[in-house]
Amino acid sequence: MIEQQTVAATSAQFPAIAWSEFRGDTRGVVPRDALFAVLQYLRDQRGFDLLVDITCVDYLNYRDADDRFGLVYILTNTRTNETITLRAFVNDPDPSVPSVVPLWPGANWLEREVWDMFGIGFEGHPDLRRILMPEEFTAHPLRKDYPLQGRGERHNFPVLQRAEG
Amino acid sequence: MSVAETKTLEQLAKAEARDYLWTLNFGPQHPATHTTLRIVLMLEGERVVDAIPDIGYLHSGFEKIGEHLNYNQYVTVTDRMNYISPLANNIAWHGAVEKLLGLEITPRCKYVRTILAELARISDHLLSNGAVGLDVGAFTFFLYGFYQREVLYDIFETLCGARFTNSYTRVGGAMHDMTPLVIEKIRAFVRTFPKTLDDMERLLNRNRIFVDRTKGVGVLSKEEAIARSATGPIARASGVTRDLRKDAPYLAYPDLDFKICCAPAGDCFARYLVRMAEIRESLRIVAQAIENLPSGPINVEIEERTALPDKKQVYTTIEGTISHFELVMWNRGFTVPHDETYAAIEAPNGELGFYVVGDGTDVAYRARCRPPSYIHFALFPHLIRGHTLSDVVAVLGSLNIIAAELDR
Repeated sequence: MIEQQTVAATSAQFPAIAWSEFRGDTRGVVPRDALFAVLQYLRDQRGFDLLVDITCVDYLNYRDADDRFGLVYILTNTRTNETITLRAFVNDPDPSVPSVVPLWPGANWLEREVWDMFGIGFEGHPDLRRILMPEEFTAHPLRKDYPLQGRGERHNFPVLQRAEG
Repeated sequence: MSVAETKTLEQLAKAEARDYLWTLNFGPQHPATHTTLRIVLMLEGERVVDAIPDIGYLHSGFEKIGEHLNYNQYVTVTDRMNYISPLANNIAWHGAVEKLLGLEITPRCKYVRTILAELARISDHLLSNGAVGLDVGAFTFFLYGFYQREVLYDIFETLCGARFTNSYTRVGGAMHDMTPLVIEKIRAFVRTFPKTLDDMERLLNRNRIFVDRTKGVGVLSKEEAIARSATGPIARASGVTRDLRKDAPYLAYPDLDFKICCAPAGDCFARYLVRMAEIRESLRIVAQAIENLPSGPINVEIEERTALPDKKQVYTTIEGTISHFELVMWNRGFTVPHDETYAAIEAPNGELGFYVVGDGTDVAYRARCRPPSYIHFALFPHLIRGHTLSDVVAVLGSLNIIAAELDR
């Protein structure tokens, strides 16, 4: 649910956003370089104060997909209850976007999870470490080229030995 | 953001300037974490200077599995996310899938799902409040709550055969309809439970020890709650009046009369009060919905080709036979649009959403879960700084962290 005014004002400010509608969701595809500016504009000027989710989709084998990774930002305006989905595409070899932690402190762990699972870098993130996978892990498991059963990392994890005596 | 939060575990361990601090490993196995999570606490005497959550012990790749199981099979995995209210996860998952399909479920199914979501909320709140009570020393309260959870488990068992991992919903409906016995049991619960709830409130609401242990502890301001993406009872206890049941109505909520429970204080006691008040509102919703349960089928029509037709249709009509065949053959199934959508429900713990990407087949291309526990646990260091070690359990309990949902 979103007011037409919000979409109109945002596209006046950022004409490069490609808007689409699906099942009542309003979604915009934002060029990667404008991403931070758009998110900042929506937060400061349009009242989208709640960052609902940051996630990523790996479009490796997806039909008609030109780009490898699609980052998804879901924002909500807690006063008007408008919800907007913004997507930005990034590609190998060095997929990265600016971090939104300066805008929403709650983005910290969400971005860490995307880094952990997809290997998307977040420029300016204060603490970009793995969060769910162990530190020693080298792959990014939610990428489509990572097999479901893993690559045998499990057998090579260091084992804590009980102290002797 | 403080400087400490930006440092890694190793940096903190090596920081010579802070070597007078005592490091305490809280978890991964500790009775008060209730599940497997670890917090590295930096203590100065009794005071917590910093807390560094370390999670991932229960990471089981649920989102990866979601890309390999079909839309109906994956419901069994959603059960195991927030396992103290699995029905809410089932409803959230299939709600998102049905939104992707553009499928309108039947009125009866909407009401049944609403009733079950509210019963799941009651059972979740009973456990999370009970756990706060347990951790700060109110064991009786916990037992009162758990007895009533047992009644709810009995209802769920009568409903679908499973007490714990229900897997009740299906795309376009449910595994089967509510029987009259279930309805009778829910009615009996609605009748008898308020008395226990009164007793429970009398046990803790004015209990000196409980109030002293929770009031003013772990305060989250309204601005912080929004900026840090808090939702559900935790945000509402900080004065955020956001509830998806009112703000983005789904299922049968627009038809029902209920209130949003908020508190301005933002401390552990406010979170306890909000949960207790929500239990009462949920009971009202269940009472209204069960008396106004529409008749008719629980599954969508055969033409939709998503829900299994009943056996009578399979054996007597050609459409039923074809539909059954199409749905059960491994290389058939139903088709979904080549598109993606996000749908969320107000789960007991906060906004539980699924971002589903369809690629034409009946297996999701991406099944992202927005887990409220994950986002709320990120608040923990912020809430605990400056409080004492004994407050850790109160704050942790009031955030209702379910590690299975946290790590997925």
